[in-house]
Amino acid sequence: MIYIDEFRDARLVRSVAEEIRRSVTRPWVIMEICGGQTHAILQHGLDQLLPPEIELVHGPGCPVCVTSLELIDKAIAIASRPDVIFTSFGDMLRVPGSRGDLFSVRASGRQVRVVYSPLDAVKIAQENPDKQVVFFAIGFETTAPPNAMSVIQAKALGLQNFSLLVSHVCVPPAMHAILSSPTNRVQGFLAAGHVCTVMGYWEYVPIAQQYRVPIVVTGFEPLDLLQGVLSCVRLLEAGESTVENAYPRAVTYEGNLAAQALIQRVFRPVDRNWRGIGPIAMSGLGLREEFAFYDAERRFDVGDIKTQESTVCIAGQVLQGVKKPPQCPAFGSLCTPENPLGATMVSSEGACAAYYRYART
Amino acid sequence: MTDTRADFEGAVCPVPLSHKDQIVIGHGSGGKMTHDLIKGVFHSRLSNPALLAGNDAATLTLPPGARLEGRLAISTDSHIVSPLFFPGGDIGRLAVSGTVNDVCTSGAIPLFLTAGFILEEGLPVETLERVAQSMADTAAEAGVEVVAGDTKVVEKGKADGLFINTAGVGWIPAGREIGGELARPGDVILLSGPIGDHGIAVLAARGQLGLETNIQSDVAPLNGLIHSLLAAAPHTHVLRDPTRGGLATTLNEIAVQSNVCLWLEEAAVPVRPEVRAVCELLGFDPLYIANEGKLVAVVPPEEADAALAAMRSHPLGNQAVQVGEVRADPQRRALLHTSIGGTRVLDMLAGEMLPRIC
Repeated sequence: MIYIDEFRDARLVRSVAEEIRRSVTRPWVIMEICGGQTHAILQHGLDQLLPPEIELVHGPGCPVCVTSLELIDKAIAIASRPDVIFTSFGDMLRVPGSRGDLFSVRASGRQVRVVYSPLDAVKIAQENPDKQVVFFAIGFETTAPPNAMSVIQAKALGLQNFSLLVSHVCVPPAMHAILSSPTNRVQGFLAAGHVCTVMGYWEYVPIAQQYRVPIVVTGFEPLDLLQGVLSCVRLLEAGESTVENAYPRAVTYEGNLAAQALIQRVFRPVDRNWRGIGPIAMSGLGLREEFAFYDAERRFDVGDIKTQESTVCIAGQVLQGVKKPPQCPAFGSLCTPENPLGATMVSSEGACAAYYRYART
Repeated sequence: MTDTRADFEGAVCPVPLSHKDQIVIGHGSGGKMTHDLIKGVFHSRLSNPALLAGNDAATLTLPPGARLEGRLAISTDSHIVSPLFFPGGDIGRLAVSGTVNDVCTSGAIPLFLTAGFILEEGLPVETLERVAQSMADTAAEAGVEVVAGDTKVVEKGKADGLFINTAGVGWIPAGREIGGELARPGDVILLSGPIGDHGIAVLAARGQLGLETNIQSDVAPLNGLIHSLLAAAPHTHVLRDPTRGGLATTLNEIAVQSNVCLWLEEAAVPVRPEVRAVCELLGFDPLYIANEGKLVAVVPPEEADAALAAMRSHPLGNQAVQVGEVRADPQRRALLHTSIGGTRVLDMLAGEMLPRIC
């Protein structure tokens, strides 16, 4: 398959792995930001091809994982209303809130629907004028443009019964938070290719300069990932703190300007609480005042939400690259994909789920 | 019954409507409407002496040569699928194939099926007729007879159109020992063809993905293929059809039952390009996608070549390949040797498979 097979070519992959071995002279800690990359690394067994000097740690780039418990509880409260059709990407339905998840809301007879695009939710709102249709707008900069488009469409259609429960987060503030943490171990980054497809990589240049870390824009196929590691290792070995693009077939410096303009038009930067990490100033996106009508948090008064996190789950440390999933006492015993204590065990981008699925020994 | 009414002039007692076109609650009453439906839809298509006898239980003649030797195999399976008709099959073909395959993967020759129908009020009778015809065609293909049945009707909204439960009985000839617990280190794992067709065909047919594909479900009765295989490789240890949960889940089940490791070569597993493309788009792994007409056979190494040749000579196995082997391992798990040379655990599917976000 074009764009797939050539980037999974075993011979090429091994030759890049060999090149990494030749380039490395001492230990380095590299963080892949995106959970999709974490899964690809473990799914293909790429970590086994790397020399022992390279330690890959897994970043916070899992939208499901970092969505705050408070917002999940709000989602559950809104979805539990009889006048609401709650729509969401599938992954979000299994994430545990303080008491139960969205699947259990559906099982108790409320309308919770999996959609594949926020525009499907707009369509549901058109077809069900007597119901309030809420879309759970989660994700990084990758999902922000279609979510922005859904609001613009709803407005153009004059829909009164559509709203977004917004939980958008942005990558650069999270990198600042990780790099300025006293426990930080990360020396180089693989930036998330999908996010950069939208945003470009101009945002990362000041970060690389400020913290003296190399950042390499990296794709998701085995060859992409190893190419990203190789570029990062070369920069680390040479002591260079620049931004390189190892995913040029999808990413440009400027990014997708039309998509960025759409984000700008509908959203504004807001403070956001990251599950497991805590509050990060100006790290999220919220609806602009002009679109406040479509804000589900304003439309539905769900009262005081008292959140209750699991006391054993170490998802926060996993998301910051401080600990690996198997270091959690609950991993694989109390906490499994069927009975997750934290979101990192749920999502197809969560690090704990990746270790559980692919790397249990 | 407009034709009956036309004989009268003026006001008369209302004649009950015949409801020939769609299922109503009365079709589940057990009375005349039920009998008419069974006669009109099922007896006309699934005709055989045992069924037509009309008793509460079918009495059956043992197959020639059975002479009380060997064992009986029995299985039951309930079938729900949305939509009822999908590219490559329908719920009727699925209901017959599913149970035939459950019976024949025990090494049995499937003989008789029963069919229980749960109909939702409002279901068009024409739909039921098409399904019954498909069951008849598939039963003929598999060489089995549907000898007993039941019909119930539930109120609108209490079911998704039509549910079918089928049960099946088969005869295992004396001396034939096949089971999930019999895989041994050194055995070879064979797969009859490309995986994921059924799951992706049904998913695409639901129309929620905005995808247009030509992928056809592989739903088919496997007893003919198994017959060819066992003639060539009589000491086959395990037969399985990897349905829900896909190939990965099936291999895990065998690993646990047999206390061994099932070693799978990722590069050897055939997946159609269309199926792979849909899986790549949605973030699915074909190893976890349902199949309804594929066979996994675990055979001793000395019979592997003959088994593979026999599978390939059958239309349902013409793309059969060796995909792995059985190894000794106290951890009882499936391991995947990835295309690029890594090795990882191949776990069972946990919960519902969900598309990725970005």
